Amino acid sequence: MIVAAALIVLLPFVGAVAGLLGSRWPRGGSRTEENNARANRRAGWFAVGPAAGALVLTVWLAWQVSGAGGSADVFWAEFLPGSAEGTLTVIDTGAIPISVGLQVDGLSVLTAILVTVVATAVQVYSVGYLRGDSRFPSYSAFISLFTSAMLLVVFAADLLVLYVGWEIMGLCSYLLIGHWWEDRANSRAAVKAFLVTRLGDVAFLFGIFTLGFAAGSFRIDDVIAADISTGTLVLATMLLLGGVAGKSAQVPLHTWLPDAMAGPTPISALIHAATMVAAGIFIVARLFPVFPQPTLDVLGVLAAIGMLGAALAALAQDDLKRVLAYSTISQLAYMAAALSAGSPDAAIFHLISHGAFKALLFLCAGAVIHHVGSNLLSHMGGLRQAMPITFWTMTIGFAALMGLPPTSGFFSKDAVILAIEHSTSPIRLFLYGSALITVGVTGAYAIRAWLRTFFGEEHVHALAEPTPGTAHVFDGREAPRTMVWPLVLLAIPALLLGFIGVADMDWPSAAISLLVALLGAGIVYTTWRGAPHSDPARLLGPFRGPCEQAFYVDRVYAALIARPTLALARGVVRTDTHVVDGAVRGSGRLTLGLSSLARLSQNGNAQLYVTGLLAGVLLIAVGAVMLG
Amino acid sequence: MVVLVALPLVGAAGLMAPAFAGRVPRGYGLAVSGATLAVAVVLLAGFDYSAPERMQFETDVPWIPGLDLRFHLGLDGISLPLIVLTALLSFLCFGYLAGRSSQGGIRLEALRPRALVFTLLVLEFGMIGTFVALDLLLFFVFFEVVLIPMYFVIAIWGGTQRRAAAIKFILYTLLGSAVLLLGLLLIWSQTGTLDMVALAQSHPMSRATQIIAFIAIGLGLAVKTPMWPLHTWLPDAHTEAPTVGSVLLAGVLLKMGTYGFARIAIPILPEGAATIAPWLGAFAVVGIVYGALACLAQQDLKRMIAYSSVGHMGFILLGFATLTPVGINAALFGNVAHGLITGLLFFIAGAIKERYGTADMTRLGGGMLGRLPYVGSLLTFACIASLGLPGLAGFWGEMLALQGAFQPAAILSRPLFLVFMTIGGLGAVLTAAYFLLMLSRITHGHPGTTPPGPPVETAEGIPGLTEPVAAGTATAEDPLLLSTANVVRGEATGEEPFVDALVPSPMDDTLGQSAALARRNAAGDESSDLIRESDSAAGPKHPATTPQTAAGLEDPATAPQLTDVMPSELAAWVPLVVLTVLFGLWPSALLGLTDPVVQSLLGAP
Repeated sequence: MIVAAALIVLLPFVGAVAGLLGSRWPRGGSRTEENNARANRRAGWFAVGPAAGALVLTVWLAWQVSGAGGSADVFWAEFLPGSAEGTLTVIDTGAIPISVGLQVDGLSVLTAILVTVVATAVQVYSVGYLRGDSRFPSYSAFISLFTSAMLLVVFAADLLVLYVGWEIMGLCSYLLIGHWWEDRANSRAAVKAFLVTRLGDVAFLFGIFTLGFAAGSFRIDDVIAADISTGTLVLATMLLLGGVAGKSAQVPLHTWLPDAMAGPTPISALIHAATMVAAGIFIVARLFPVFPQPTLDVLGVLAAIGMLGAALAALAQDDLKRVLAYSTISQLAYMAAALSAGSPDAAIFHLISHGAFKALLFLCAGAVIHHVGSNLLSHMGGLRQAMPITFWTMTIGFAALMGLPPTSGFFSKDAVILAIEHSTSPIRLFLYGSALITVGVTGAYAIRAWLRTFFGEEHVHALAEPTPGTAHVFDGREAPRTMVWPLVLLAIPALLLGFIGVADMDWPSAAISLLVALLGAGIVYTTWRGAPHSDPARLLGPFRGPCEQAFYVDRVYAALIARPTLALARGVVRTDTHVVDGAVRGSGRLTLGLSSLARLSQNGNAQLYVTGLLAGVLLIAVGAVMLG
Repeated sequence: MVVLVALPLVGAAGLMAPAFAGRVPRGYGLAVSGATLAVAVVLLAGFDYSAPERMQFETDVPWIPGLDLRFHLGLDGISLPLIVLTALLSFLCFGYLAGRSSQGGIRLEALRPRALVFTLLVLEFGMIGTFVALDLLLFFVFFEVVLIPMYFVIAIWGGTQRRAAAIKFILYTLLGSAVLLLGLLLIWSQTGTLDMVALAQSHPMSRATQIIAFIAIGLGLAVKTPMWPLHTWLPDAHTEAPTVGSVLLAGVLLKMGTYGFARIAIPILPEGAATIAPWLGAFAVVGIVYGALACLAQQDLKRMIAYSSVGHMGFILLGFATLTPVGINAALFGNVAHGLITGLLFFIAGAIKERYGTADMTRLGGGMLGRLPYVGSLLTFACIASLGLPGLAGFWGEMLALQGAFQPAAILSRPLFLVFMTIGGLGAVLTAAYFLLMLSRITHGHPGTTPPGPPVETAEGIPGLTEPVAAGTATAEDPLLLSTANVVRGEATGEEPFVDALVPSPMDDTLGQSAALARRNAAGDESSDLIRESDSAAGPKHPATTPQTAAGLEDPATAPQLTDVMPSELAAWVPLVVLTVLFGLWPSALLGLTDPVVQSLLGAP
């Protein structure tokens, strides 16, 4: 099993190397149309092949794991009870060694299936989405590298190995957000995404140190088994939360995710909806036994703030992808809430179903954007007839997002809310209230986006040549086949995945949340019926501005962190030239000055020399007489 | 085996001969440094990996018997990677020079090639000697041998401000060396021996003496490293030094300081180290943050990379300051990784400066990934490696240094080092910040926004001409075209008139100028007028070449773009890239070598 897991991690990596180095070989330099097309074709195979291979291997692994025996205290252990662990090598660092090893169990296999399915779908989709893009080879190679890194996180048996994958994911996210780097805004978004997550990651690394040194090992199993004092655990897990908040875009480090939508839409589907942002949730589930209650409470408060705030922000956005981005923050907060309520089951259930339906939504959004040539909802409308497949698949996605039965979202969201109801946490009521209101707001923003995209009048805009940052405009009515196919593939789990949780349903609670969601949707629908041309976001009234700006968090950070840092940097440069180097040059000048003083006595004037000599003799003589 | 150890010296000393030979064949430096590298590789192969903590390939003969000085050389797990790094970087530098000189053109390095080869070989001799010397005074001699050639490299082949930079460099480091010498002599006067191995095993000195000696030696090494606030020679030296100078300066010279800490200061003076370590750590973390902040506000690419060295060296010093095995391993790993990555960064920065004619980031404009996709990608790679991404070499040094600071040696104050660790972690974020902002500024954005003029697109698709080498050589060898390019650029660019023509920087500007010319040309604006003007400006001395120039100008297809990566450059860079990835993915390759040595060094007291 470990060999299979290693292969799963390595296959996309090999694909990335091959795609990066081999796509243009041997005609490296020339970028003719024909060469580009050939390179893209080859890169497409390098990308899709390993992803599909990893998918097949993961399914095989799941089958193996499901056959083995083991304990069953969480739901993934019911289906996939087996586990295995293998260590490739141990790195002696002088302190606690790093064991390079992999670990296979129900949780990792389940997450790996999600990752490989979405990755394969996205790779196939990208072939159509980025047709004719001369940078497709590097793009697909980075996706492969990302897939490999994410799988490394999922299968890692050692915290530092996990951290390696964790950071490489961040790098790929940076590179892919900045794929259309001609536009400065994209470049800025990429830098911001990397820096904000990196800030969290430093805390994460320190958390790993704290856990590792307390347990005497960085192996996950050892850390979980170790007997660590609660104080240390609180400190360590709080530090880990920094990384979790950064990667999973939770308050207060969530600001990078909406900007990250500058990347190509398939990237948003893979990295910024289904997988990388879920890594934070995954890691908490993985290390759940070491998370003490105080940390979980903090996580719960952050989640409660984040889910409602992001949902409100989503309601006011005009950019379809930003709607989905804020929705992702909000849904990730649901998972965090489930964790805080003490139920990693519900969190992972929602993680998987959300991964499926949000990736679906993004890919659909990509198809829509491809068709319209703009990201803005105000440029869309009436696309129902033009894009029937996209319409139906996206409807499934929105239904799952709202939590309508029988989609997967209905079951998983119910599991989360049930977990919150049953939790013993002191912040239970706060969390529950926030979750329920958010269900209503989710219904509202989902239905708003759905209506404004597919209903109403079709807008015909004479759009200029697409600038980098938007996809090419196609004449065809529906998107190319490579783009439609993954939509259908993802629609199936988004629709049906929930039924694995049907046995644990709590129908009264589900009915309440369904009602709330329908209420939110209904309000928006009636508003929209009244005036189909104007944006239902006007419901928010005076709060619309703050919601659209996501409550000005970005501006606060810019004023409090970014600008002071830059000012400090300029100050340092001034200090360096004037104080530190000034001292150096000053000492140089001082030496020169002293030497010019000394030179006065060496000016070549014989009279002066003789005078000095005589004065010296006189002094000696006087001294001799006086003392002698 | 003894012969093998001596061979780098013989190879380096052999260059004395060509100094009298009149003229030096192009491949001479390449051959000598190649032979040195081969010897280093043989050493690498012959090294006994089961006992890296033992001194191997030792040579121990009396040198100046009257003073009891011995010519004592040897290798262990600490010095071996540095030897190979030195030999490799020197070889790559020569390869880079040889490849470039075969492409012609007026370049800085083309002036006095024989002297340059001679200087660089002496430099290599000194650097290798420093890393194998096991006698304190011998170490000092090698340490000093390095300074003189480096001074000449900066002062003769450097940029416009080279004199000042070179003088600052030499005075600063000589001052440091003087203090270092005092420290070494203090050790000698107290113990009566200069043998490092013997000194590391027994520590007869009193605590007070150790502290004084540590301060003296530490100051001397800190200048070289450089440690904040003794770093100000570094940015100037790097900015002005030619590419090979910068590479060797960053790649190897700085390592001599940190190597001294690992070899002399900490093993020989453990009590002094324990007393001074908190100070060392404090200066180190200040250096990390200070260097990063300074980078954030830099305008000049090379200067920025130089300041980034201050930050990285901060991590290395922090590793030493923890006095733990993991910290010192981190420092030694960081040493090698920094040598590889910063060497690569300076190679690339040099290439960029050569193409654009400037290293000023605002004048570079954006869109390098569009104009020079390969150079831009490699720059991205190097920056990402440098900011400490896991999976690449830079990560392990940083991470392990922080890990060392998390739990420093028992005699040190843990809370203090926790503060250091936190500051260091913030410094790591800032490091990422300045590298990414720099990448964003010069590799992203629309190509050709500054300097003005649309990018040439016509040259694409013409087979043969788009071959990187062909495009570069055609014009670089034509001095007239260069002068025309200067004039054309000066007059046609409305926004910065005559700036380029007035600032005399004929050395680096070749390719950048011809590309500017190409753009103007492709835009088709008054090109014939300009040609006439520029021809008259270039003077009637070269009437024969005028038709050729004009012909070249009229056909937009032959107009060169900025040349992307050239084979000689690629040959010099790829080994560094490969090693960076290798050490990143397989850190045991280095840690396995250094760890036993570090354990035995720290285990001795």
